[in-house]
Amino acid sequence: MGNDPLAQRPLSSGLSLGSWLPLAVLVVMLFVLLSASGALLSPVLGQAAGAADYLHEIAHDGRHLLAVPCH
Amino acid sequence: MAAGLIAGLLAGGFAFFVGEPVLDRAIALEAAASGVHGHAGAPGHQHEAPVFDRPAQKLGLFLVMGLFGVTVGGIFGVLFAYFRGRLASDSDWVRSLCLTSCMFTGAFLIPFVKYPANPPGVRGAAAIGERTVAYYSMVALSLLAVLTAWMAARMLRERGVKTPVRHLSVGLGLALASAALFVLLPAAPDPGGFPAGLLWDFRLASLGTQLVFWAGLGVVFGLLCGRANSGVSV
Repeated sequence: MGNDPLAQRPLSSGLSLGSWLPLAVLVVMLFVLLSASGALLSPVLGQAAGAADYLHEIAHDGRHLLAVPCH
Repeated sequence: MAAGLIAGLLAGGFAFFVGEPVLDRAIALEAAASGVHGHAGAPGHQHEAPVFDRPAQKLGLFLVMGLFGVTVGGIFGVLFAYFRGRLASDSDWVRSLCLTSCMFTGAFLIPFVKYPANPPGVRGAAAIGERTVAYYSMVALSLLAVLTAWMAARMLRERGVKTPVRHLSVGLGLALASAALFVLLPAAPDPGGFPAGLLWDFRLASLGTQLVFWAGLGVVFGLLCGRANSGVSV
């Protein structure tokens, strides 16, 4: 492993599209999991945001323990 | 080069599907033990309309910790595949531990010092929307600060700057960036009349949960990389 040719890869060659896509999806998932609640989403989603409250309630303990702001 | 990249991606996928469930159970147990302790005595903790009762919420904690682990594990896998060829250390074990420490610092530790975790009884002065925006701004900027510090360290290394000088200047830069964030972002919500001892216990539990999670992720991922590498000749 010491002379791994990859060790000299430049910074400039960025992530491929195939990596960005799942990354973006995962970040959105994380946000929904940690912060979605009816109160927060109702300006965007209207009535449909109420469904997020169920997720909010069930996720409540975890959110607090992971230090995410919550009511 | 391709083999190395594939090994990195394979290890990422392997950790994502096989490592995470094992990891999550351990974390969830830890979190449940500490979480119940933090919540049980919270005075004035009442929901306006409890959709799920306490046992269901505790079950939800396991669910959320599991989902959180899988999601963060996936993100980590992708990032690891990117950083694998760009980190100076010579083994995936060390790289895995380095990257998890960096992410722990940027995504949790620095924001935690500015906006510490609050148990459910505490209500901030600002609305939840504002607090959420402030918190995620802090997370994003902290991650950016850590990333910048790493890039600066890499540049200084390439220029042949002495190691102590490099470490000191990068550390100082990161400290200054964190200080700037502390001053510039809105103040943390006031916990009001919440008992200080209980608040401290809860924050400690929160810190412990995150520490266990990131340490577990780094260790399991590192071990799995070792296993994957021994199977794939690089």
